[in-house]
Amino acid sequence: MSGVPGFSYAYLDEGTKRMLRRTLLKAVAIPGYQVPFGAREMPLPYGWGTGGIQVTAAIIGPSDVLKVIDQGSDDTTNAVSIRRFFRRVAGVATTERTTEATIIQTRHRIPETPLREGQILVYQVPMPEPLFRLEPRLAETRRLHALADYGLMQVRLYEDIVRHGAIATAYNHPVMVDGRYLMSPSPIPAFDNPKMHRMPALQLFGAGREKRIYAVPPYTDVVSLDFEDHPFRPIRAPHACALCGAADSYLDEVLTDDSGGRIFVCSDTDYCATRQAARQAAE
Amino acid sequence: MYVAVKGGERAIANAHAWLEEARRGDPALPRIAPEQIAGQLTLAVDRVMAEGSCCDRELAAIAIAQARGDLIEAAFLLRAYRTTLPRFGYSRPLETAAMRLIRRVSATYKDLPGGQILGPTFDYTHRLLDLAAAAGDPPPAPRAPADPAAAPRVTELLAREGLMAREEASDAEPPDLTRQPLPIPAPRPARLQNLARGDEGFLLALGYSTQRGYGNSHPFVGELRIGWASVEVETPEFPFPVDIGEIPLAECQMVNQFHGSAGAPPQFTRGYGLSFGHGERRAMAMALVDRALRADEYGEERAAPAQQEEFVLLHSDNVEATGFVEHLKLPHYVDFQSELENLRAIRALKEAAE
Amino acid sequence: MSAPLLSAEGLTLRFGRVPALLGVSLDLFPGEVLAIVGESGSGKTTLLRVLSGQAAPQEGRVLYRGQDIAAMGEAALRRLLRSEWGYVHQNPRDGLRMSVSAGGNVGERLMAAGVRHYGRIRAAAREWLARVEIDPARMDDLPGTFSGGMQQRLQIARTLVTHPALVFMDEPTGGLDVSVQARLLDLIRGLVADLGLSVLLVTHDIAAARLLAGRILVMRRGEVVEQGLTERVLEDPQHPYTQLLVSSVLAA
Repeated sequence: MSGVPGFSYAYLDEGTKRMLRRTLLKAVAIPGYQVPFGAREMPLPYGWGTGGIQVTAAIIGPSDVLKVIDQGSDDTTNAVSIRRFFRRVAGVATTERTTEATIIQTRHRIPETPLREGQILVYQVPMPEPLFRLEPRLAETRRLHALADYGLMQVRLYEDIVRHGAIATAYNHPVMVDGRYLMSPSPIPAFDNPKMHRMPALQLFGAGREKRIYAVPPYTDVVSLDFEDHPFRPIRAPHACALCGAADSYLDEVLTDDSGGRIFVCSDTDYCATRQAARQAAE
Repeated sequence: MYVAVKGGERAIANAHAWLEEARRGDPALPRIAPEQIAGQLTLAVDRVMAEGSCCDRELAAIAIAQARGDLIEAAFLLRAYRTTLPRFGYSRPLETAAMRLIRRVSATYKDLPGGQILGPTFDYTHRLLDLAAAAGDPPPAPRAPADPAAAPRVTELLAREGLMAREEASDAEPPDLTRQPLPIPAPRPARLQNLARGDEGFLLALGYSTQRGYGNSHPFVGELRIGWASVEVETPEFPFPVDIGEIPLAECQMVNQFHGSAGAPPQFTRGYGLSFGHGERRAMAMALVDRALRADEYGEERAAPAQQEEFVLLHSDNVEATGFVEHLKLPHYVDFQSELENLRAIRALKEAAE
Repeated sequence: MSAPLLSAEGLTLRFGRVPALLGVSLDLFPGEVLAIVGESGSGKTTLLRVLSGQAAPQEGRVLYRGQDIAAMGEAALRRLLRSEWGYVHQNPRDGLRMSVSAGGNVGERLMAAGVRHYGRIRAAAREWLARVEIDPARMDDLPGTFSGGMQQRLQIARTLVTHPALVFMDEPTGGLDVSVQARLLDLIRGLVADLGLSVLLVTHDIAAARLLAGRILVMRRGEVVEQGLTERVLEDPQHPYTQLLVSSVLAA
């Protein structure tokens, strides 16, 4: 095993990794439940993915292939920084291909290419508590989860429809996991929510600053909160990707000049590049 | 043809090179050695040790230099290093009553056993900017050695008379916030640990607020002690605790009025502050906040910000706070795009309805 | 007579040395309105909090449908509080969500009970607003834009939407103008009769008790000093304290 001399494999000491693995096992056993854990200071700031990094560090091994994305892209600065960190401290192979990766650490997106069994998706979570805007006291939210007392969250969605005619959460839209726990999907766009439902891959969520880990085991029900007569709507820009032509992917809006010129391109850079390559090969 | 921005890796490397250059400053001037920082910017080092929760002057000095003097960044560097270090064990509780004192002040008694020692303080200096600083070294200052045995704690003097609530001694293992998440509601040992490494500015503002009517406090500095305390550890090799050295500490015991409740007679109560290094402002502010957080214990209404346990303890840590505030710099364009589309859709709905 | 819906046996609770409740026992039967009267500080509100499981007595127990509420566990008790029970606070702000529209306030208990159809929630809210004489056109307004009397009626609608069996009311007309009080009492009387509610009504207002309650229980310094049918207690008070209470109303 390789790594950095003077530091443990994957940075964390073995005792810390054991603690994290115990936490992860508990999280997998109780889908959607936030398990407190003794998050460590990492050499990256809190709020920059320390939870995701600790989860990845606890599960990664020399045979893994790691992909890191931020905003769907492998090339954004924080993704580059985290990928480089693991190359350095764990000596693992990295990839930008969703299909080649065994572990994908992500901030704010789920890849467009469906994940398969055996893959693990690690989410970076800034605020694990889905109720925090309605009830900031942790002691109280813990009680609400224990009693599955989620009427208040539904009231918020009701108020959205009253005011805006539609549910107005564009991202971080709360989900019910396995019919029991209300969970924050992390700030992914609502477009990505349906991908969580019965996903064949294991989904792990790490919140370093808030010191919580939670999980969705493979093939678990994940249902976005909504009303029967106002069903949940995944939102995307109503365009096709200017680069690969995809009409089913989540798009970034890119301003091309200062007079209103704009194009829409895939947020998932691997998905887009793969489609472009396939098109060129076909031509 | 549009091409997505690439080259994050190179941009980061270039930015770091620029940082290195900015950190070095004018190459015509000598680089500041960490020993100079440790020896001359002592209170900056003390603050970084306290907030970095690692009592090591050299490491703190290196961190300050590396952080270009940004003390929160320095505390972060120190914490990130400290968390990788192996643990040998826990020391015995520090015996601060037996501290080697360089400063000891009580506001509640004019004179007291062991006397008052002003020590190296800014108090009573006239804050005139010394434009001719660094002209030669000062002569050694006269000082009287303090006798720890002759300087009992002021709060102990009150407690002997029954006028001060005694703290219940407990053999229970206190939680370790560097290894465990903060328990909520937090027992006092967890609160004190949290405050001891809390941001000095935050503690100061909260402590100040309790004096201005936000929280019903009437504090006196019972005693402020600054000096060095021995650290003792128990090892399997020796049948007695082994003294492994001294650490610099500032300790403050605030005495507060208390009018009694159904379960307790009227007596004084205390707020406690303790900090690595000689940061007495930090210790005093911490003592005010500690007392405010004991509202439940004394049947007081928890109304003021400084009395809100979750509010105080979950926002005191500047390493957590700075990370989360600064993470707003990271790209959020995926979520922003979703908001944008949502806003467009909602506006279209509204327009269609009109 | 059927079995009591709610019973209290020997409730005692002291704050320090001050007794708030001393050996209080009572029975509330289905469909009955029981008024607990007494001046402020007599322990009425504490009694209501203990009866509704929001405070624990030091001695004694509370039985709901024969079951000790202390043995139910918090989850079951909370479920009761948001379904079969209702609690109307003296200050409507304590019982309403001020940042949520009137319709949302009424709909909350339905949503907590699992109703997930926006249209049906709106229909129920509209119906209940009308029942408490609030113009359904104001359904999407915030409670802060309502008068005190309207806020109190909104709180009642919010509480009754799930058709609770038992409602605790703590001075529901306190803090309102006399003319508004009369209208509200009339409304409550109508709803209680229509829905066959059982109500525990705490009030210092003998007139409110006379209008609504079949039985009265008089409290003084944490003790029940007298109880009986409303007519009997008010026409022929036995205890000197009750006599004082009744005469002070007549004199006023």
